[in-house]
Amino acid sequence: MRRPPLLHVPFWLTYLFLYAPIAVLAFMSLNAGESPYTFEGFSLKWYGELAGNDKIQEGLVNTLVVALGTTVLATVLGTLLAVGMARYTRSRVLDAIGLLPAILPDLVLAIGLLVLYSAVNMTLGLHSVLLAHVVFAMAFVAAVVRTRLTHADTSLEEASRDLGANALTTFVRITLPQLAPGIAAGALLAFTLSVDEFVIAFFTAAPTEPTLPVVIYSMVRFGVTPEINALATLLLAVSFTVVIAAQRMTRLTESLS
Amino acid sequence: MSTTSTPPDRDRAAEPSAPPSGGRRGRRGRGAGRFLAGLLFLGPGLTYLIVLLMIPLALVFSYTVFQRGRFGGVVYEATGENFTRLLDPLYLDVLLSSLKLAAIATAVALLVGYPTAYMIAMLPRRWKTIALVAVVLPFWTNFLVRIYAWIVLLSGPGLVNTALIDLGLIDEPLELLYNEGTIVVGLVYSYLPLMVLPLYAAIEKLDPTLREASANLGARPARTFLSVTLPLTVPAVLTGCLFVFVPSFGNFIVPELLGGGHSAMVGNLIRDQFLTARDWPFGATLALALVAMLVVLLLAQAWTARRYSRA
Repeated sequence: MRRPPLLHVPFWLTYLFLYAPIAVLAFMSLNAGESPYTFEGFSLKWYGELAGNDKIQEGLVNTLVVALGTTVLATVLGTLLAVGMARYTRSRVLDAIGLLPAILPDLVLAIGLLVLYSAVNMTLGLHSVLLAHVVFAMAFVAAVVRTRLTHADTSLEEASRDLGANALTTFVRITLPQLAPGIAAGALLAFTLSVDEFVIAFFTAAPTEPTLPVVIYSMVRFGVTPEINALATLLLAVSFTVVIAAQRMTRLTESLS
Repeated sequence: MSTTSTPPDRDRAAEPSAPPSGGRRGRRGRGAGRFLAGLLFLGPGLTYLIVLLMIPLALVFSYTVFQRGRFGGVVYEATGENFTRLLDPLYLDVLLSSLKLAAIATAVALLVGYPTAYMIAMLPRRWKTIALVAVVLPFWTNFLVRIYAWIVLLSGPGLVNTALIDLGLIDEPLELLYNEGTIVVGLVYSYLPLMVLPLYAAIEKLDPTLREASANLGARPARTFLSVTLPLTVPAVLTGCLFVFVPSFGNFIVPELLGGGHSAMVGNLIRDQFLTARDWPFGATLALALVAMLVVLLLAQAWTARRYSRA
């Protein structure tokens, strides 16, 4: 197929648009000077400053606790849901409910959970953020695993059942090993989604136990500092690594389109 | 016919590969077993979603008919006041301006995203994957960080202003942040990947012989694009537009950080009602208005897509 030469311009402009701000941010994080804007030579000192910032450290620990819990719960629930939806029902209503958390604006989910927590008088804390994150992370895990399921060979499962294995044995011995890469990719996604999630955490975290994005938000509102540049760069690097790893495990882009 | 209740029967009917008259355990046992297994797989996730998704939504939407308490909280006395308040010009303006900003962002994303998706679909196989991953990658990074990057670029002493002054194009730094244009840039930047993905998938699937036929019959590339390629990708265009519009419409971070902090969009308004004004019933009503608009758009998209796939 012919590539129209004129298309090269918007094509490269898109990538410039997507990556220039990130590149500038990463570059400025290496600034030796005090100003977040004028570059005065290379240094890693702002990364060192991060290590001494208690608020950031606390936020990081909170975020990791929430993200690990979310990953475990969302992976288990999402995988079961995906298998159930692909093999045991053809209900379009269930499909819609499973996808809803991914389509619903995060703000609406956030206020919904805040209302629920206050209706049952639950005190906010890391557990309330965790429970909330599982809702949407589960939907993403289920979507990734389902894509993998539709590509999986069903004749193996049928053979297992015809040979007398029950549903559980078939699931554990046949389905699960086939799904492993999809589940691993789903787990990685659940982890990054939770680490980066801000809106729901903003509504459902206790003020005394903010997650890292909530800490960043309160810092960003007061302006640009080289310290935030360094922190932002680190977060970008982590997300990039995790997503590329997930991409290599499964054809992530396929399941999203 | 077995005497089991409806769900296992339906399940069995939905499984085309099930043997016609039962395996070793006979029809009924297998149907009940399948039902139990289905329950085992679907039960935990669905219970979770009912308790932490459906019930919260039902609660929020039921609050729309109640009144706020004097010190926050909700007084369970029915009222239609929240809905009449929506029509107050003060709030109606915010709703309309969110609609406008989200629509502009969607249009810009389409104009930028379509040629990019087209170009990616034309790339050789190896580069295709790399180009696609490169588009999606920023989407999976921290949202706040990506918005923050634009503050670094655009603020008064930021890089863009410095560069323009150094080039002698301007004398004073321009006010690049805190206007509606910056909000649109932020929204496009945040959700462009969601436009490119469905467009790419559709363009990639197009049968190249259709375009060749059009060219062989004498159509210029522009004509071929308008009469062949574009009509065939309309459902994907709508999907992409929906994917960009929905999160843009409900966004409150971009207007706050790039738009200057006042209630520019409905998301900010909802946030304020819940966290500062503590008028939950009215906040819930705003959220209902937001969801209602999105549902209308979803239905319109599904309807158009079905019409196109039938034609």
